[in-house]
Amino acid sequence: MPVMRYREALNQALREEMRADEKVFLMGEDIGVFQGAFKVTAGLLEEFGEKRVRDTPISENTIVGMGVGSAMVGLRPVVELMTINFSLLAMDQIVNHAAAIRYMFGGQVKVPMVIRMPQGAGHQLGPTHSHSFEAFYLHVPGLLVAVPSTAADAKGLLKAAIRDDNPVIFIEHETLYGQRGEVPENGGPMRFGEAAVRRQGDDVTIIGISRMAITAQKAADSLAETHEIEAEVIDPRTLRPLDLDTIRDSVKKTNRAVIVEEGWPHGGVGANLAALIQEQAFDWLDAPVERVTGADVPMPYSKPLEQAAFPHEEHVVQAALATFRDL
Amino acid sequence: MANGYSPTQVAIRETTKTRKNGDGTAPGDVTKPEEIRFGEVKHDLPDPETCRTVLSKMMLIRRFEERAGEMYAKAKIGGFLHLCIGEEAAIVGATQALRDGDYLISTYREHGQALARGTHPNGVMAELFGREDGCSRGRGGSMHLFDWEKRFLGGYGIVGGSLPLSAGVALACDYLETDDVILSMMGDGATNQGTFGETMNLAALWSLPVVFVIVNNQFGMGTALHRHSAVTDLSRKSEGFGVPGTRCDGMDALDVHSVVSDALAHAREQRQPQLVEAVTYRYRGHSMADPEEYRSKEEVEEWRRRDPIQAFARRLVDEGVLGQDEVEKLDAEAIEAVDESVKFADKSPFPELDSLYDDVYVFTDEVPAWWTVDERTPEVHRGEREREAGQVPHDLAEKGAAYAGVGDRQARKRRTPTDRRQEGAQQGPGEDGEAAEEVEPGTTDPATAAAGGEVGSAEPADEGGAD
Repeated sequence: MPVMRYREALNQALREEMRADEKVFLMGEDIGVFQGAFKVTAGLLEEFGEKRVRDTPISENTIVGMGVGSAMVGLRPVVELMTINFSLLAMDQIVNHAAAIRYMFGGQVKVPMVIRMPQGAGHQLGPTHSHSFEAFYLHVPGLLVAVPSTAADAKGLLKAAIRDDNPVIFIEHETLYGQRGEVPENGGPMRFGEAAVRRQGDDVTIIGISRMAITAQKAADSLAETHEIEAEVIDPRTLRPLDLDTIRDSVKKTNRAVIVEEGWPHGGVGANLAALIQEQAFDWLDAPVERVTGADVPMPYSKPLEQAAFPHEEHVVQAALATFRDL
Repeated sequence: MANGYSPTQVAIRETTKTRKNGDGTAPGDVTKPEEIRFGEVKHDLPDPETCRTVLSKMMLIRRFEERAGEMYAKAKIGGFLHLCIGEEAAIVGATQALRDGDYLISTYREHGQALARGTHPNGVMAELFGREDGCSRGRGGSMHLFDWEKRFLGGYGIVGGSLPLSAGVALACDYLETDDVILSMMGDGATNQGTFGETMNLAALWSLPVVFVIVNNQFGMGTALHRHSAVTDLSRKSEGFGVPGTRCDGMDALDVHSVVSDALAHAREQRQPQLVEAVTYRYRGHSMADPEEYRSKEEVEEWRRRDPIQAFARRLVDEGVLGQDEVEKLDAEAIEAVDESVKFADKSPFPELDSLYDDVYVFTDEVPAWWTVDERTPEVHRGEREREAGQVPHDLAEKGAAYAGVGDRQARKRRTPTDRRQEGAQQGPGEDGEAAEEVEPGTTDPATAAAGGEVGSAEPADEGGAD
């Protein structure tokens, strides 16, 4: 299977979908001549021209809104926002418009668009470029939310997102763009709503969101080596729809759950998932559901502080061990 | 007043005198309201059929809005209700300039736009009543009318929210190589939103076929124009972004029509976006809940004397296009259509509670998805069966049905095995039957309660109420 970087996988997905459908086009800040802030769109302007790869002014709300408008009348826009923090400027168009339009007009129109954006800490970009906001978008009915953590998922899910007729919030991770992974040749779109079981185990279920799926796998390896605990690691891959079956079945098997996310603790993905697990598998739980989250602060710049403000392998190991405290 | 100034406009000029532009002029100085020449004849009448259409559409809007106000007072309509009485010439003049293939998009004060574009009054009134036959199936209400068939792309409740959408539609018109144009109508208040500048810039930068029409009714909610905008000649506000603007008399359908027609032709043929400011006046409050303490009765009276419908009708009679009896007949037809719409809306059912979750998502074969996030649908949620997830979520979903209609805490309460045994002992065997009984009255009650006043008493009241 070919190995490529996460950003190359995304690039391939865009290229293939643009070749397959004339109505797919890209809009975003510096995606054309500059080739993308993270080089995801490299080479696309050259192949598809300015009509389909459109550099925009720095006007996030209007870029997204234009995507919505063009999608309503037949195009399939893929809008890139330079970081998830900037998507807050477009919150009105995303929540009040993209997500609501089909519903509030009684199903007369659809909004087939993708809004791509990277999130996450680790590059010392400070409090306005480093956050993890999947919980904001998870909250909104009418949106689909994808959080791929591997190159293969990045490609398969982006292809699916572009073909889907709903507005999709597609959340990439800044520190994953350079990560390599195997990507199936001629792979088609993946199904939304199917979690990946990254590692099998009977002792504790660890659910990792976005990059934290990878951190969770490292923690699981360490748990096996050091503590003889076999963790099952689940990467939900999409948060809306959510593959709760796989999570629930795993928790019923292991009787313990740890949720790892990079975002803030209050009202986070983990808070939601913990509620769903206790609603659906309460009788199977042998310990309270543990959450490992980012620190409850704006992301600091200074390297040691930044590193302290998002979860690492050791945090996950400790949380998993905590679920065995009573034994 | 001879030059047609209202007290509001005089105030604009006085206030802005104290502010200076870089060239020593006051922002207000660029305004030349006298160019508007309210009340003067500016254009020859078009053919009689067009005259008749324009008049009857304006009358329909006026009568519809009056009746909507009454229905709101009778609590047939909920939420907010924003009436456009006074603005009919701006609405009809602008929309009459559109081709069938062109798009129209508007604000939350958009009943007039929908009617002018040809959405049936029945569909509009039913939407205000929150009924299944409403033009947005009762999901949108007064602020969110929509009619795909008529290419009316909606009313939007967020001030300035529709502007980026309209540029996106224009982009699609361009991308798909059609010669369709979108008419994007906004209020004066929207010109202060960030999306105004952003959208003007992008529309000009990308040469998009869009015509923006500011229906300047002189108030952003209760804040007068000169108190909310430093530049009060709104046709100038887009120019720095590359979108040329023109002002017109928003109380004269022919003037609006003429200026908007030129703008549409320019946008269509020259691929340059245009902006038109139609200066008009909102006779009624911002919404039905507006005590109107921010303006005088005299000011409103002054504008009512310039009424666009009366003035146009008078001119048609004076110039012999229509007889007075024909004018009255057109008005009677408008009233009849509105009466019919009220009857229709009253008879239309409320949406089924089971339809609560309709149209949140599009389901496609291409990318099938499993929608598990919400277990509180009235039925077992989609995908549950296909995945055969088992009895537990199935039961939860059925219990969760209570969420769809009730707010009945008892029905929502999770039962322990002990609870179930106790309930079983009190009410006989069969927990499922017991749960269903609890849910059943809950789900139907509010519907009948909400409809109650109307469904119960409406059948007879309809006939009487429709006069």
